[in-house]
Amino acid sequence: MSDVANHGVLTTLLAISPLILVCLTVIVVMLSIAWKRNHALSAILTAVGLNAALLAVLFGWTLGTVDVTSVLVVDDLSRFGGVLVLMSTLACVTLAHHYLEGYEGPRDEFYLLLTSAAAGGLVLVSARHMTTLFFGIELLSMPLFGMLAYTFRDRGALESGIKYMVLSAAATAFLLFGMALLYAVTGTLDFAELGAALSTRGSDPWLLAGAGLLLVGLAFKLSIVPFHLWTPDVYQGGPGPATTFLATASKVAVFLVLLRLFQSTLAFHENWWHDLLGFIAVITMLVGNLLALTQNDLKRLLGYSSIAHFGYLLVALVVNQGLAVETVGIYLVTYVLTTLGAFGVVTLVSSPYVATGGTADASPLHHYRGLFWRRPYLTAVMTVSMLSLAGIPFTAGFIGKFYIIAVGVEAHRWWLVGSVVVGSAIGLYYYLRVMVTLFLHEPGMQRRDATHDWAERAGGMVVLGVATLVILLGLYPTPMINWVNWVAG
Amino acid sequence: MTLVWLILIPFIGGLLCWQAERFGDQAPRWIALGTMLLELLMVLGLWVSSDFQLPAEGAASAWTLEWQADWIPRFGIQLHLAIDGLSLLMIALTGLLGAMAVVCSWKEIVRRVGFFHLNLLWILGGVVGVFLAIDLFLFFLFWEMMLVPMYFLIALWGHSGSQGSSRIGAATKFFIYTQASGLLMLIAILGLVFAHHGATGEYTFAYADLLNTPLSETTAWWLMLGFFVAFAVKLPVVPLHGWLPDAHAQAPTAGSVDLAGILLKTAAYGMLRFALPLFPEASQAFAPVAMTLGLIGIFYGAILACGQQDLKRLIAYTSISHMGFVLIGIYAGTELALQGVVALMVAHAFSAAGLFILSGQLYERLHTRDMRQMGGLWGRIRGLPGFALVFVAASLGLPGTANFVGEFMVMFGAFGVAPWIVVIASAGLILAAVYSLFIMQRVYYGPPAEETPLAGLDRRETILLFGIVALVVFFGIYPQPLLDTSAGAMQVVQQSVQQAAAMTGGAQ
Repeated sequence: MSDVANHGVLTTLLAISPLILVCLTVIVVMLSIAWKRNHALSAILTAVGLNAALLAVLFGWTLGTVDVTSVLVVDDLSRFGGVLVLMSTLACVTLAHHYLEGYEGPRDEFYLLLTSAAAGGLVLVSARHMTTLFFGIELLSMPLFGMLAYTFRDRGALESGIKYMVLSAAATAFLLFGMALLYAVTGTLDFAELGAALSTRGSDPWLLAGAGLLLVGLAFKLSIVPFHLWTPDVYQGGPGPATTFLATASKVAVFLVLLRLFQSTLAFHENWWHDLLGFIAVITMLVGNLLALTQNDLKRLLGYSSIAHFGYLLVALVVNQGLAVETVGIYLVTYVLTTLGAFGVVTLVSSPYVATGGTADASPLHHYRGLFWRRPYLTAVMTVSMLSLAGIPFTAGFIGKFYIIAVGVEAHRWWLVGSVVVGSAIGLYYYLRVMVTLFLHEPGMQRRDATHDWAERAGGMVVLGVATLVILLGLYPTPMINWVNWVAG
Repeated sequence: MTLVWLILIPFIGGLLCWQAERFGDQAPRWIALGTMLLELLMVLGLWVSSDFQLPAEGAASAWTLEWQADWIPRFGIQLHLAIDGLSLLMIALTGLLGAMAVVCSWKEIVRRVGFFHLNLLWILGGVVGVFLAIDLFLFFLFWEMMLVPMYFLIALWGHSGSQGSSRIGAATKFFIYTQASGLLMLIAILGLVFAHHGATGEYTFAYADLLNTPLSETTAWWLMLGFFVAFAVKLPVVPLHGWLPDAHAQAPTAGSVDLAGILLKTAAYGMLRFALPLFPEASQAFAPVAMTLGLIGIFYGAILACGQQDLKRLIAYTSISHMGFVLIGIYAGTELALQGVVALMVAHAFSAAGLFILSGQLYERLHTRDMRQMGGLWGRIRGLPGFALVFVAASLGLPGTANFVGEFMVMFGAFGVAPWIVVIASAGLILAAVYSLFIMQRVYYGPPAEETPLAGLDRRETILLFGIVALVVFFGIYPQPLLDTSAGAMQVVQQSVQQAAAMTGGAQ
C-alpha cells in the first residue's frame, strides 16, 4: 500500500514541513522559557514559528498528494485544513498575549500548550490511518485541558478544564473501542482498507458497531447532540483564548478527519445509516438553537450556536455527493472566520485578565449593553459576526448557508432543508438579541470593557481583519469558492 | 452605470450621515435629504429621457437600461441590474417617500441622529436593489439585506407598545417572519436553478434564462408556493400578517412610512416580476386561492381596523385591507387589473404615508397614540385636521383621489375573471368608509379632552403634507403618466398569464 518511494525525500520533507516547524516552535519556546521567562518573547517566537509553518503550507501548495508515511497523507484537503488550523492558532496567540498580561501566574506555558494542540490539529487533518487519527486527537485534546484550566484559581476555568478532560476520556474510550472492533473484524486500521471492508461486508454487526462507536467518539468532540452536554459549561468557563481555539481550530480539525472518514471508510451503502445521520443532524440543529434561546451568557450562547452550526454542517456529510465536499470547505472557512470574530470580541472585552475567583471573562450578556456607544468599531465586528452566524446576506455566513441549502436541495433532502430553515429562524431570535443589546442606549451592569488601545494591539487588528474578511467574502466570495472548489475537485 | 449609482447613492449617503454626526445633529439630516433628492432626480431624469413602450417583437431586450458584470461564475451568478417602467415607478416612489421619511423625522429623532439616517438610507438602498436586480441571487440578497437596518430602526428608535409589547419584540417578530419566509424563497430559487441545471447542464440565476425552465407540474407548484409565501408574508396576506400591526405600532414614523409605503410594495413587485412570469401555469391554477386570500384580507383588515384603539395599529390594519385589493388585482391577471394594481400601489403609498406622518405629528404633540385620549382635536390644532380629512378620504377611495382610480381599475379588470370575488370585495369598500370615518370621529370630532390649543403645523410639516395631498389629487385626476410608464411591463406579465391560461385551457 505504501508508495513512499514515489516521492523524493525532499518533497516528502517539504510536504510535512509545517508539522515539523510547529513542533520545532514548541521546542524553541520551551527552551526560551527555560532560559529566561519573557512573555513578549514567547508570544513572538510562537507567532514567528506559526507563520513559518503557514508559509511552508503555501510553499507546498502545488505538490499534489504526497504520502508521507503509510499513516500520514498530505493532500489538498490537509493543506486546506492546515491553513485554517494555523490561522486560528495565530489569532489565538495574538488574543492570548493581550489577555494574559493581567495574569499573575506563569504566562509563557500557554503558548507551549497552544502550539502543541496546533500540532495535533495538523496531524489530524493529514491522518489516513486510525493510529494517526488517535494520536492527533489526543495531541489536540491534552493541551486543551491545560489551556481551559489555565487560570485555575477561577472556579469556572477549573470546572471547564476538568469537564473537558472527563468528556475527552469518555470520547477516547469510545474511539478506542470502536477501533478495536474494526481491527478485530478486518485486521487493518488503514482508512482505505477499512472502507473496502465496509463496502463488502457492510452488514456485519461488529463492523457496524465499531464504526458507530468511532462516530460517537468524534461526535463528542464536535458536540453533536446527544453528546453535546459538556459544550456550554466548557465554553463559558474557559479563558477566552482557549475557548476560541476550542471553537475554531479544534473543531475544524476533527470535522475534516470526519470528512476524510466519510470519503473513504464510512461511505455507508445502506439507507438507514443516512436516515440515522440525517436525524442526528436535524436534532443537533434544533436542540442547539432551542437551548440557545434562553441564554443570558454570551459564551454559553455561542457554545449552543456552535452545536447548531455543526448540525448544519452534518447536512453536507449526510448528502455526501455532488456539492458536499465543497460545502464542507466553504462552511468551515466562513464558520472559522465568524467564530474568530465573535470570540475575539469577547476575549478583547475580557482582556487583560482579572482574577475574580468565579468566571473571569466578560461573558454575561448585560456587560455588552450599549457597547456601540463606547466602542463602535469593536461592536461593528461583533455585529458582523452575529449577522454572519445568522446567515444574513452580504456576510460570509450567508454563502455558507447558501451552500448548505443548495446541497440539500440538489439531493432532494427536503426534511433536512426544512430543518435548516426552521433552525435558522429560531437562531435569528438570539443572534438579534445579542445584536440589539450592543446598541441599546441604557447602560447595563458594565464590569469590563476593552482597553482603549485595543485596536492598535495585534489581537484587535486580527479581529478587525477577520470582520473585514467576513464582509469581503460576503460581497465577493469568488476567490474563496475557487480555492475550495480546487481543493474539493 | 446609472443603475449601479442608483443603488450605491443611498449606501454612500448613509455612511456620510453616520460620520457627519460629529458636525452636529443637523448635518446628517441635510445629507440624508440631499441624498434622497439626488436619487429622486436621477430617476426622474431617467423617466423623462426614456421610452417605456413595449419593445417590438424580436427586440434584443425588454429592458430600458441594463447593466451586468460577472460575480460568482461557479454558479453563473451575475451582478445583473435592469430597469423597466414598473421598477422605475417603484424607485421613484422609493426616492420620494425616502425624502419624506427624512423630513418627517426631522424633529422626532433627536438621539443618535447619524446612525438613524444610516439605517434609514440603507433600507432605501436595499429596496432600490430589490427593484433593480434581475439575477435571482442578487434579488434575494437585497430582499434579505434590507431587513437588518429596518430591524435597527424599529428596535432602537421605536416606541414602546401601548399594551406592554416591546419595540424589540416587534422588531424581532418582523425580522423572523420575513427572514424565515425568505429562506423558503431561497429554497425555491435553488430548486428552480437545479431544475434548470438538470435540463441544460449549466448553472444560472439569470431571470431571462430561468423564465423558460421546463418544470413538471408538481415541481412548479411547490416552487411557486415558495415564492408566494415569501411575498405573502411581506405583502401581507392574512394568515401571515402577524408581524405587521406590531411593527407599525412600534416603529418610528419614518419606519412606518417606509414600511407601508415601500417595503410592502416590494412584495407586490416580487409577485408581478417573479412569481407570475416564472410559474405562469402554477400561478394560474393558484389564482382562485390567492384571490380568496385577498378577499379574506380585505375584510379581516377592515374589521380589525374598526376595533383598534391605537391610531397606528388602525392604519396598519387598513394596509392589510388595501393589500387585499392588490392581491386580487395581481392574480386576476388582466391588463386593466394589473395596471390598477400599479396605480393602487402608488396611491396607497401616498395615503398610508400621509396618515402615518399625521399620526407621528399627533404623537409629537399629544405623546400618545391612544384614540381614547384624543377627540375634539379639530378645534385644537390648526391645519392638521384638514389634511387628515383628505388622507382619510383617499384611504376610503373617494373619487378624485388616486386610490379610487386604483381600486376601480382593479375591480373592473377582475370582474371578467372572477365576478363573485369582485362583488364581495366591493362590500369591503363600505367597511373602508366605516373605519375611515371612525378615525375622523374619534380623533378630530367629539368633545375635546382639554381646551388648551396645541402647536399648529410649522412650515416643514405644511409643505410635506401639501406635497402628498397634491400628488394624491394629481394622480386621482390624471393617472395617465403612471399607466403609460408601467404599460409595457404589465403587458409582458399579462401575456405570460394569457399564454398559461390558453395552455391550461387547451389541455382541458
